[in-house]
Amino acid sequence: MPFNVTSYFRQEMLPHIWCPGCGNGIVLRDFAVALEKLNYSRQEVVIVSGIGCSSRAAGYLDFDTVHTTHGRALPFATGIKFANPGLKVFVIMGDGDASSIGGNHLIHACRRNIDLTAIIFNNHIYGMTGGQFSPMTPRDKKATTAPYGMIEQSFDLCRLAEAAGATYVGRATTYHNQLLTRLIVEGANNRGFSLIEAVTHCPTSYGRRNKMATPTDMVRWQKESAVLIDRIKEGRASLQEGQFPVGLLHQHDAPEFTAEYLEVVKRAREK
Amino acid sequence: MRKPIEIRLMQGNEACAQGAVDAGVRFFAGYPITPSTEIAEWMAREMPAIGGKFIQMEDEIASIAAIIGGSLAGVKSMTATSGPGFSLMQENIGYACMTEVPCLIVNVQRGGPSTGRPTAPSQGDVMQARWGTHGDHPSIALSPWSVQETYTLTVKAVNLSEKYRTPVILLLDEVIAHLREGVKLPDPRKLKLVERPRPRGGREEYRPFGGTMKEVPPIADFGMGFNCNFTGLVHDEVGHPSNSPAVTDRLIRRLVGKVEYDRDQIIHWEEIEMKDAEMAIFAYGCSARSSVSALKAARELGMKVGLIRPTTLWPFPEKAVEAAAARGIPLLVPELNLGQLVLEVSRVAAGRTRVRPLSRVDGELFTPMEILSALKEGF
Ligand SMILES: Cc1ncc(C[n+]2csc(CCOP(=O)(O)OP(=O)(O)O)c2C)c(N)n1
Ligand code: SF4
Ligand SMILES: [Mg+2]
Repeated sequence: MPFNVTSYFRQEMLPHIWCPGCGNGIVLRDFAVALEKLNYSRQEVVIVSGIGCSSRAAGYLDFDTVHTTHGRALPFATGIKFANPGLKVFVIMGDGDASSIGGNHLIHACRRNIDLTAIIFNNHIYGMTGGQFSPMTPRDKKATTAPYGMIEQSFDLCRLAEAAGATYVGRATTYHNQLLTRLIVEGANNRGFSLIEAVTHCPTSYGRRNKMATPTDMVRWQKESAVLIDRIKEGRASLQEGQFPVGLLHQHDAPEFTAEYLEVVKRAREK
Repeated sequence: MRKPIEIRLMQGNEACAQGAVDAGVRFFAGYPITPSTEIAEWMAREMPAIGGKFIQMEDEIASIAAIIGGSLAGVKSMTATSGPGFSLMQENIGYACMTEVPCLIVNVQRGGPSTGRPTAPSQGDVMQARWGTHGDHPSIALSPWSVQETYTLTVKAVNLSEKYRTPVILLLDEVIAHLREGVKLPDPRKLKLVERPRPRGGREEYRPFGGTMKEVPPIADFGMGFNCNFTGLVHDEVGHPSNSPAVTDRLIRRLVGKVEYDRDQIIHWEEIEMKDAEMAIFAYGCSARSSVSALKAARELGMKVGLIRPTTLWPFPEKAVEAAAARGIPLLVPELNLGQLVLEVSRVAAGRTRVRPLSRVDGELFTPMEILSALKEGF
């Protein structure tokens, strides 16, 4: 595939602010490849993000982009999509952004099944603010605000999204590149709310404190922790302690919000 | 559907909703809260039939986020709430100021703080309308005193928001929101409507955050192909985040300046019997209604009382106070709070004349008698 990844980026915004070895760039590239495959026109795509290291991704992409407030990307995106359903709206969030401060918005975006594609950069930590725990920090891992280890349970955002009504849910890691791109493409093609969790690595604020000082350590951890869902389904693998499934985790058909609203319009006009 | 020109018995909240739609609002997002809920209910009923959008969001933070999104997509957008919801909206109101996204926020004030008195009138959010969100920012807030004026000021609020690319706050009083009065609705085709400046040239010369404070920069709708970046971070003329002191200084001064520079165009107030006045009442919203009755009673007693009634609370109508202060006319400022706008009146009067606050925070309205008594007691 002749693919010029740089054509998707605002050249004048580079170099990016991310640390050397940060996984965000890998996720961003996989996203750009997905956009290339989706072959949308440049003016029909809108990218909305929250606040965090990962949310800076929106500003690097050469589309209509909105870097919103912490946790609120989904309701901004809901407004954009609802006002102009012709737009293809992607939402970039960090794990803290999506699961903590924005957790309620996430549940309701899933429940409405509004046609948005959310990509959650899960580095298991608050990267931007320097390594405080997030609701997705695994048990016993260390963070600046959990110096003795995390005692709270961590969220499985994919299961949460499924239970809340999302119609397409998948997970991949920065090690599972092509899978991540495939999930984003399929999520975008799903007419409804799609959530793709991209497990990424933050060597600076997470790895160093948790015996994974280098990016390589972190990617190795991803490789060892992620189990392909298809292998589990086929009975060729099972999840061990600390492992998580990757792949297409859930899919179902349900009415989409902006389409349903047309029904409301019809009823109001008949009144 | 409404007829071109109509006289109708309407509630304040209804007049607000009708005014917004007549002004071109086609996107409403909100969360139910007394005493503003009728606006959302009206929108839920009417918006779909006129090609507009209504969505009930999960909370007020989401509501303001959604309307900023709707506006970025090019649709005139609004929300309506009351104290607790208005407090929740503050961060994103600042975002709309910073990114210069037009939108209308209606705050039907109720007794606070906290849950307070949901069905009692209050004018306790006047300072919050000015300073509720953090950082220096522009502020436009209007306050009507009748159902008719609720209609006209809602139209004006939408227009100002489009013209200056900034959120505008309509501060409604609970009693006016729920009052029923005859309203003359003008022919909507004859209303003067303002559209946000949109780019005329190409992408290369597009500067969505450029210009000086004398000109409001153009904003393209999402989907028009201008591919612009909006961020709440300090940003340069094209929308890239910046840590430059010069860029920061220029941006903050321009944001505040674009409204301040045009304050004479924005500000409106009404004067009643000010020509020969020897003392005056400075009042807005429902308190101005009690004040007019007090004024009439005072005039009958031979007291030369006048009334200054601003409909623009922010930017503060300094010239209205200036004129009275220059003539040495003492000012009585009745407010349903413990003295908020009176601070501005005193600031402008700067000791040249006496300024006396009159407060009520028991959830009741001023009676004309108590205003009259205060006038008689003197300053
Ligand atoms: C209302 C609000 N609270 C707190 C912050 C500070 N803050 C900025 S980013 C962030 C956490 C980001 O973590 P995450 O969402 O996981 O993104 P990451 O940086 O890890 O990519 C926090 C708490 C903020 N900007 N706004
Ligand atoms: S702090 Fe972590 S997430 Fe943020 S840029 Fe650095 S490595 Fe990436
Ligand atoms: Mg994170």
